[in-house]
Amino acid sequence: MSEILAKYGFLIVPIIKVAILVFVVLTLDAYLTWLERKVIAHIQARWGPHRVGPHGLLQPLADGIKFILKEDPMPLGVDKKAYFFAPFLTLMLALTSLAVIPFGPDITIFGYTTNFGIADVNISLLVLFAITALGVYGLALAGWGSNSKYSLLGGLRSSAQMISYELALTLSVVGVLLIAGDLSLKHIVEKQAGDMGFLSWNIIGLTKGGGGFTQIIGCICFFIAAIAETNRVPFDLPEAESELVAGFHTEYASMKFAMFFIGEYTSMIAVSSLFTILFFGGWLSPFPASWAMTHYLPSMILVPLGLWVFYDGIRYETIFGRIILPGLGAVLTVLGFTLFLAPTVNELIQGPFWFFAKVGAVLFFYIWMRATLPRFRYDQLMDFGWKFLLPVSIANVVLTSAILMWRMK
Amino acid sequence: MSGVLLLFFLLAGLAVFGAVALILQSHPIHSALSLILVMVSLAGLYLLMGAEFIAAVQIIVYGGAVMVLFIFVIMLLNAGVEERTNFSKLATFGGIPLALALGGIIAAAIARSSGHLPPPAANGAMTSTRQLSMLLFSTFVYPFELTSVLILVAILGAIVLAQREN
Repeated sequence: MSEILAKYGFLIVPIIKVAILVFVVLTLDAYLTWLERKVIAHIQARWGPHRVGPHGLLQPLADGIKFILKEDPMPLGVDKKAYFFAPFLTLMLALTSLAVIPFGPDITIFGYTTNFGIADVNISLLVLFAITALGVYGLALAGWGSNSKYSLLGGLRSSAQMISYELALTLSVVGVLLIAGDLSLKHIVEKQAGDMGFLSWNIIGLTKGGGGFTQIIGCICFFIAAIAETNRVPFDLPEAESELVAGFHTEYASMKFAMFFIGEYTSMIAVSSLFTILFFGGWLSPFPASWAMTHYLPSMILVPLGLWVFYDGIRYETIFGRIILPGLGAVLTVLGFTLFLAPTVNELIQGPFWFFAKVGAVLFFYIWMRATLPRFRYDQLMDFGWKFLLPVSIANVVLTSAILMWRMK
Repeated sequence: MSGVLLLFFLLAGLAVFGAVALILQSHPIHSALSLILVMVSLAGLYLLMGAEFIAAVQIIVYGGAVMVLFIFVIMLLNAGVEERTNFSKLATFGGIPLALALGGIIAAAIARSSGHLPPPAANGAMTSTRQLSMLLFSTFVYPFELTSVLILVAILGAIVLAQREN
């Protein structure tokens, strides 16, 4: 096994990793829609989806089947090349952007050491920005190619918005780059490791040896610009329902609409991952490394969660739910106990566990904002981007470099 | 080696295809999209030569920022399909011989190099972003600052043009 891996590992391992990542991300996208509908429903004192499967857990599957079976009409007078190319481009770029994100520290399986992500590029941050920079074309082309005034307005708005907020997005990262002195996302995370747990993360900035400086301004600027880049509430003017029907994807149906949808959720995941890596220490645990007890946190969360799902499941209304939910609960409990009893596996999942916990928290915040905030007016959006966010992120760059220079002297 | 060569021909072919399509397309948006294809394939070629930073910047600046503005302006003006004319006399009598001459010169240059082009700079010489920025801010600091003055002039010009209407 290890001989084969040593010889052909460079080819086999990336293919396996791509397959796993695409499967995980597409499933995550599907259940993110479920989570979004559930969370918003509960915030608004409703139940959300609860008909298909127990607690509506099979709703994403039903949505997927519906997307495939729907008729796919094409409006008259569309520009065929742009109209067909746009959804592919959006989904392709969103999935590609995940390729350079490190989800955990390097791992060794069967004697083969590899990075926990698809590609370990030493300019991964620039690659990510390059892919994001191309993301505008999907929306702009969809808007222009659909031959509809709503779509065109949505496409125009999205290009204007993305040009404006990309500046603030890129500049808010410069402070982190100055501290890390590196463009590799892996090294940016490793620079945030310290004896003090979460105090060493870039948002607080008490790194070992005192080379850091709090990036809380950059963090806030980045998050606001990132929401605008992913076209989410309160910056979802490209698809403002009350004015533009559905904006740039008004004329799309069936799978082509689903591709925009999956693309949007995938870029949400990518942006949340980047946010976690840059400001919240990526896969690092929030506790000091010497607290060995915290390594059992995954099992301590999984076992009670599994028991609760089991307990909730046996009392569920439908027979289907009374079979599925206790099954799920039993699997989670067994998984938790396995982690508890197998320290090697437990060590392996520490990084990814914290990474996905943080990304999950950021995604929850995204959804929370959607349920809470109203939409910006268009001129407010432009004013905010150019007259507030951009100067503040430039000020952060100046402040951080001044303090680092002063420290060096 | 063969894999790199294959990628080179693929990217070079894409770049040439995009450049030809840029001229032949009749709609401005299609032309702009072909230009994006050229930019992205050029970035791929830079990557093959080991210039990662230049490749990423090529996509961010040319593929992203500049071309988004092109597309944005074309969409905003809602430019229609171009009208075609017959070849002008200047193109027939001046253009075709000149194009043939240029092709001949390039072909001759390739033939004379006898198939042994010097390899790109050894790995690590100019490829790392750190070394590139060190060079940019020490040896080439004056050309670099002059370029920023040039961009400043362009920004001031844009402001003056925008203010004229008021």
